[in-house]
Amino acid sequence: MSTSEDPMAEIKASFFVECEELLENLAESLQIIDDGQDDEETINVVFRAVHSIKGGAGAFGLDDLVEFSHSYETVLDQVRSGDLKTDKNALRLFFAAADMLSDITRASRDGTEFDRTRSQSILKELGELIGAEESNEEEEGSAAASFAPLTLRLDLPGLSEDAASDGQDAQVSEDKDPNDQEDTDGRHHYRIFFRPHHSLYAANNEPQFILRCLQKLGPTKIKADIDAVVPLDVRPPDSASIAWNIDLETDADLAEVQEIFEFVADLCDLEIEEIGAAQSDVARAPAPEEDMADLAPIDASAPMTTQAIEAGGTRDQNARTGGEEQVTTRIAKTVPAVPEGPAANPATSKPAQVQAAKPTETAGPKATVRVDLEKIDRLVNLVGELVINQAMLSQSAEQAGIPANSAVMQGLEEFMQLTRDIQESVMMIRAQPVKSLFQRMARIAREASAAIEKDVRLKTFGDTTEVDKTVIERLADPLTHMIRNAVDHGLETKEGRAEAGKPPTGIVSLTAAHRSGRVIIEITDDGAGIDRERVLARAVERGLVPASATLSDSEIDNLLFMPGFSTAEAVSSLSGRGVGMDVVKTAIQSLGGNITITSEKGRGSTFSISLPLTLAVLDGMVVQVAGETLVIPLNAIVETLTLSEDNLRSLGAQGFVVEIRGGFAPLIDLGVELGYRQVQRDYAGSIVLVIGLDDGRRSTLVVDAIQDQRQVVIKGLQQGFGDIPGIAAATILGDGQIALILDPVGLTRRHHAASVLENSLDRKVG
Amino acid sequence: MQEERHIAEGSLIELLSFSVGQQSYAMEIMSVREIRGWAKPTPLPHAPHYLRGVINLRGTVLPIIDLAGRLGLGETEVTDRNVIIVVHVGGRTVGLLVDAVSDILTLSSSDLQPPPDMRESDDADCIAALTIVGEKMIRILDLPALLPESDEEAA
Repeated sequence: MSTSEDPMAEIKASFFVECEELLENLAESLQIIDDGQDDEETINVVFRAVHSIKGGAGAFGLDDLVEFSHSYETVLDQVRSGDLKTDKNALRLFFAAADMLSDITRASRDGTEFDRTRSQSILKELGELIGAEESNEEEEGSAAASFAPLTLRLDLPGLSEDAASDGQDAQVSEDKDPNDQEDTDGRHHYRIFFRPHHSLYAANNEPQFILRCLQKLGPTKIKADIDAVVPLDVRPPDSASIAWNIDLETDADLAEVQEIFEFVADLCDLEIEEIGAAQSDVARAPAPEEDMADLAPIDASAPMTTQAIEAGGTRDQNARTGGEEQVTTRIAKTVPAVPEGPAANPATSKPAQVQAAKPTETAGPKATVRVDLEKIDRLVNLVGELVINQAMLSQSAEQAGIPANSAVMQGLEEFMQLTRDIQESVMMIRAQPVKSLFQRMARIAREASAAIEKDVRLKTFGDTTEVDKTVIERLADPLTHMIRNAVDHGLETKEGRAEAGKPPTGIVSLTAAHRSGRVIIEITDDGAGIDRERVLARAVERGLVPASATLSDSEIDNLLFMPGFSTAEAVSSLSGRGVGMDVVKTAIQSLGGNITITSEKGRGSTFSISLPLTLAVLDGMVVQVAGETLVIPLNAIVETLTLSEDNLRSLGAQGFVVEIRGGFAPLIDLGVELGYRQVQRDYAGSIVLVIGLDDGRRSTLVVDAIQDQRQVVIKGLQQGFGDIPGIAAATILGDGQIALILDPVGLTRRHHAASVLENSLDRKVG
Repeated sequence: MQEERHIAEGSLIELLSFSVGQQSYAMEIMSVREIRGWAKPTPLPHAPHYLRGVINLRGTVLPIIDLAGRLGLGETEVTDRNVIIVVHVGGRTVGLLVDAVSDILTLSSSDLQPPPDMRESDDADCIAALTIVGEKMIRILDLPALLPESDEEAA
């Protein structure tokens, strides 16, 4: 809080992080409903997600967000109470609203603008869904937890009125009073119930100050509720059991009253009730609502049965609250933190049971820690060091002539195993499930299908597969493109599907799985498959392949990755913006992955992306050039050859090309290119690596020897010496020496550029 | 060499002195991270001539600058007796290849004289000040000036 900037910034930032999670829950639950696998709880999750966003947004004064989420939640509330059926149209709107909500959230976070016309039209549609009179009512808390006041409650000050939790008020009739909140004389009369938790005291808050603040607002009647207070010899010394009932008459509105409790809202049971002539409306401070969302499973599993229990205050509960007792979610949460009183009656154990049941609930959030990414990267680096160090140690032990069966070597072996395990675990910290990415793709698919009027359902599998965070981030663009492609090009039109005897709704499935140390992501459509004749015809037309060429099916499929290739006859609004599959391929390759296609005519196509689990290590080929050791990324190497007189052709004064199965590839001597040695005249017998370039062409790199194929830890070269062309990074070998990691594609490009320059110079001179 | 320490008025500075190509140099000791023996660097292609390459400093890739080369004194013929001074300058860590490290000097800032303006000299840009210790003139390096700017010179 001592930062010179906005002291709320940090809290706000964590609110937005929370929003992302809530939006994720929202999308996931909507998907479940869409799949028809929902139960009563699902809609509650949806509702709570929207409600929590609204609550937080209100606290930060994000009006756009509040407005939108308010209308959204109003509609959802109707669904929850059973007044509204989730038909296909409603669901489509809910998805659209969820997408819009995430747009507005991001816009609020980044201070950017969002599509207001679209948001207005969604709001309008939402309003139409429930009838016009409800549509734009900006009544605080109207959709939140309004319910008919229980007259009993007023006589039972000890009752935790929070009992009207989400699970509850769905069952209570939703008769909202459309009247204005204000009394005729413009004054409000609030009845406040305030029960601090132990944590409130622990956080050094003083209820007295809060009560004084209330007094400043207007005349108050404060009555301490000490029913829950039990004798000192029974009461656990640090439990909190005093509560206050406050009657407040004030000109201030509800928000002002809530503001007083703003910083303790999640540390107490708080209920603020406005008492009007014939209406009553309950609204709670936003923060506790978030708690409820967190604890969703609890009140779902036992909304009515669990008794209201405050630790240490259980003895006279029954007497006090009679048949009206209900658990408040917050109490259930607080109890385990407070030692149970010695006189705990059997009821005390109930919340503990509820709590214990929580992890088994599927929707229950796992305990997580938010850690600065920098710290993790540091750890990843250190473990990388450990691996290298360990390799060096083994090497020197071997050189020292220690026999392999000695205790030292065996210890080293175990050490090696441990190091590997640690490395793997550390890498997994950076890993995240692909779920969030897949959800974004679901949105892309929805939008794409809406844009071109195809019925599409995106199915996702393996959402929990974990991949490095950076990989996930950098996969978003290529995946977006491929999903659009699948919807636009892959699937047939409605008529086409009818002709082919397929169901009208096209299926695009997105699958993630771990396979032999890599992540495989597959995008499959059940469309027409690749029309190879058309692809070939187009490629010939574009001059990408000679007309005489005979290509295998897979070679034709791979033509799709050629730059400037697009078979869509008409440029739709969706794809065909000149960004082709070649861009996708380049993006995937830059992640150290590769992409393949399989397709069956009439049955659909599958694009399969194979990615490394992490960007911190790389599969490389260790080669020797002019006495230097270099590492070449394995995914760039197509094959290795030994040159013979037959396939080596000279070109120009110093250049050579290599003939590989009818095609020619330029010969690049790595030693020369990197300035390690002079040009050789004779390359026959040399070992070359054939490099596949992103434009489908090839080049060959001459090396002296191939040493090894192994995983290396990538080390960035220090900035300051600029970008060294052809060098991607460095790594540390087992002997502690640094080896450079080559960027074969960049190197070839530089080579081409240099020779073009040379040629043009020659021409000028000549 | 270590006679004549001026522990007098004026702000005191501590310098690490070393020799490069038979000349005496010094740099502010606060920039020095460590001093280590010579290790063969991995050469970087297309790098400036004075950039000897990179070495592994406990897992970090450390660029090695041949100070003699940088100062225009010709490239250092490396033997086992050469040392690398690891310095941290302007957010970057680099190793400077020198002939030998001599001493730690504590001087008053009033002992430092600005170098004469000698534009034609290759190394003049890199000298922040001169001082006399004993019989010797010691050139105090302007470390930031030694390093290439982030984006120039590289290619």
